[in-house]
Amino acid sequence: MQITLHLNGATHDLDVDARTTLLDALRHHLGLTGTKKGCDHGQCGACTVLIDGRRVNSCLTLACMAEDAQITTIEGLGSPDRLSPLQQQFLDHDGFQCGYCTPGQICSATGMLEEIAAGWPSHASASLEGPFALSHAEIAERMSGNLCRCAAYTHIVAAIRQAAGADDRHEDAA
Amino acid sequence: MTRHLRVDGPNHDDRLDHMAQGVLGQPLNRLEGPLKVTGRATYAAEARPRNMAYGVLVQAEIPAGKVLEIGDAPGALAVIQDKRMIHYAAQGQAEKAPPSGPERVEYMGQAIALVVAETFEAARHAAQNIAIRYAPETVPVIPESVTPELPPKKQSATGDLDQAMRDAAVTVDQVWHTPSQMSAAMEPHAAIAEWDGGHVTVRAGLQMLSSNRKQMADALGIRESKVRLLAPYVGGGFGSKLGINAEAVAAAIAARELNRPVMVAMTRQQVFDLAHRRSETRQRVRLACDANGVLSGIGHDVLVSNLPGSEFSEPVTQATPFTYQAAHRQIVHAVSRIHRGCAGSVRAPGEAVGVTVFECAMDELAEAAGIDPVELRLRNIPDAEPVTDRPFSSHKLAEALRDGAERFGWSARKPSGQRIEGEWFIGMGMAAAVRVNMLVESRARVTLHQDGRAIVETDMTDIGTGTYTILGQLAAEMLGLPADRVEVRLGDTDFPPAAGSGGSFGAASSGNSVYLACEEIRSQIARTMRCDETDLTLHDGMARAGNVSRPLSELIDGQITAEGHLQPGKTEKTHRQATWGSHWAEVAVNRWTGEVRVRRMMGVFACGRVLNEKTARSQCLGGMSFGIGIALTEAMEHDPRDGHVVSRDLAEYHIPCHADVPELEVHFLPERDAYVGPLQAKGLGELGICGAGAAVLNAIHNACGVRVRQLPATPDKIIAGLD
Repeated sequence: MQITLHLNGATHDLDVDARTTLLDALRHHLGLTGTKKGCDHGQCGACTVLIDGRRVNSCLTLACMAEDAQITTIEGLGSPDRLSPLQQQFLDHDGFQCGYCTPGQICSATGMLEEIAAGWPSHASASLEGPFALSHAEIAERMSGNLCRCAAYTHIVAAIRQAAGADDRHEDAA
Repeated sequence: MTRHLRVDGPNHDDRLDHMAQGVLGQPLNRLEGPLKVTGRATYAAEARPRNMAYGVLVQAEIPAGKVLEIGDAPGALAVIQDKRMIHYAAQGQAEKAPPSGPERVEYMGQAIALVVAETFEAARHAAQNIAIRYAPETVPVIPESVTPELPPKKQSATGDLDQAMRDAAVTVDQVWHTPSQMSAAMEPHAAIAEWDGGHVTVRAGLQMLSSNRKQMADALGIRESKVRLLAPYVGGGFGSKLGINAEAVAAAIAARELNRPVMVAMTRQQVFDLAHRRSETRQRVRLACDANGVLSGIGHDVLVSNLPGSEFSEPVTQATPFTYQAAHRQIVHAVSRIHRGCAGSVRAPGEAVGVTVFECAMDELAEAAGIDPVELRLRNIPDAEPVTDRPFSSHKLAEALRDGAERFGWSARKPSGQRIEGEWFIGMGMAAAVRVNMLVESRARVTLHQDGRAIVETDMTDIGTGTYTILGQLAAEMLGLPADRVEVRLGDTDFPPAAGSGGSFGAASSGNSVYLACEEIRSQIARTMRCDETDLTLHDGMARAGNVSRPLSELIDGQITAEGHLQPGKTEKTHRQATWGSHWAEVAVNRWTGEVRVRRMMGVFACGRVLNEKTARSQCLGGMSFGIGIALTEAMEHDPRDGHVVSRDLAEYHIPCHADVPELEVHFLPERDAYVGPLQAKGLGELGICGAGAAVLNAIHNACGVRVRQLPATPDKIIAGLD
């Protein structure tokens, strides 16, 4: 089927099988392999992209479902010469090792910080109303959909907190 | 020119501490980091050759028997069922391919065919709907259901352990079980194969290219020189990519048959079936000590499993012979031949589960003897390797224990069950960390250009370990260049063959080969400078000797290329080499739900020279988190009827997630090990896991009094133990 995707500020016309997931459309059809396939079942978060600013598992999204949306992938967040603040903090804190889950972690963190700004509470939040301290526990809870087998978790949370300007004096008890 | 070194003796001169550039050991960002954080690093399935077809593996639905017939696959280009398709992955460092022939099934889930189609969607659909007729056989799938083999070389005994147990003031005699475990690297195994005449290039997720190339050539029945492997970026390995696997061989066969490039990527479920599992273990530990906690007897009796004919058996007791002293010792190593998926190396084979269980036993002994667990360990550190009397190349356990106890605040630990916060029991636990150390033959080529750029080339891999970065730092240090003037090229069998990533030997082995290549380049520069190489100082592109100082550009005509070749030698026989450390954990156990939360965790490690403080720390964080998984969540459940893996994806096999892992703390003890080559560095990728789970399990006992000996310590088992 013919579909049109609005991706990282550009428009792409594609001819794909109706069963093609957004993840496979990115990887197989558009050559955007920054979005990773770790499980294809929405269990690991490696395929996280932003659809209209919200984080979504692209493996659980058919490409044709994303036609009218603005999609942002890791390639749209920055480039090696021009890293986004989160990408720079991941680099500086060594918030990755093998790097395979990393694009998903960074897309997820980008969307997650917007969720905090929008006042969405999490299981770890002290109250439902906010504001929410950017504590280790708060960030870790909200990032738990993104698995990392190298387990760079400690460094990932530190990177996100620094990028978000977290203040250690407001650290919650874990 | 090639500079060769066999490590037959010590290196006491600490040469790398006297280089001028000052870049080695620094916490530099990863060289390839900008590519990884922007999604530009390309992994196995991420090349896009023109006209590529997609293959999906078809798996056996019987535990053993014969495939009689495979039906048609409408919509597919081909159904490949080739006698060269392998039954399971090659073991690490194997030089031959594993058994092949897809008509014979050895375990449920084995790859028996490949369906290839124009699109991934079509191939997946056809593979899922293909009809297969079998002649199934009944086979054992439970380790305890068969009489195990007792390989003679794996049994050992000194003194009389039974007598020591009878005579001892205090004893422990308990049995632990650990389940099958999976490496579960985030990148599923994948390969893209493409032929050019009689040459095949396979791009795949692989850890050890030089032996992988031999395996692939053997599997395909072609000469090694006709195989090129590429693995520039590998999305984690943890042992699962040590040897070639079914997808790479099938992709190569299909690409030949269809005369076009073929990609085969395993699904996550296929990874659980086809990658090596860590064998489940049954471990009986017997300990005997006097009233002061001095050990007189150590027994470690283990049962593991593997497929019939598979050589590997989980070396559970690897560290047991040398960690603690005792006059009476016995090791029993039994292997059940059963038809679960092939068992092989998963991060720290042996110690990951062996040290974990042994350190739980030590905790039980400390409790029974009424001695602090740290003190018990300190009282039993041997002066030399027990039985053999070989000296240790270096030994930092005592320092790691004392340093860790101080940093963690161990003295505040209370007796079991005495620290309660609301509905949570709080406890602290510790364990020793130990992992054998080794070197493996490795080669690298270094080229220094007149303009002050250097290029390092070796078929070594970076599976997240930091190889790109540390080899770059090392060359920069040796050649006196800023780190950004060194380019590191890895993961291509066109480069000199390296040790590969595995067994914690990658950094030291490949690092020493780079060191040697650079040393040869330094010698050539020294000749031009008319000085001894040892009197040469290289810094920021300048060469100095005495009061002469000249830029490299004047000293080099075009370029200097040298190869380094490292071989392990006598020191691995003359000295017991190991890395040491200590693990510390504070947990909270919910008195109603049995939930365990790790609140704090710390590791203190000694691994010789640290090559990059930042990437080294990350390695330790990863290992410690694996330990949390071993202790609390990770288990491959096998169906007792047919052995198949029930928990075969990331929703059922629970690797630790963000919320499971607190802010981990890592400390390194300064160390230079003289017996492991001029780099004086040892392995680190696995030390962090060895014993980490025991610190968590011992903390659970300290919190609430429950000993879980059937790992992992899931809430049901904790609740069953609570009053």
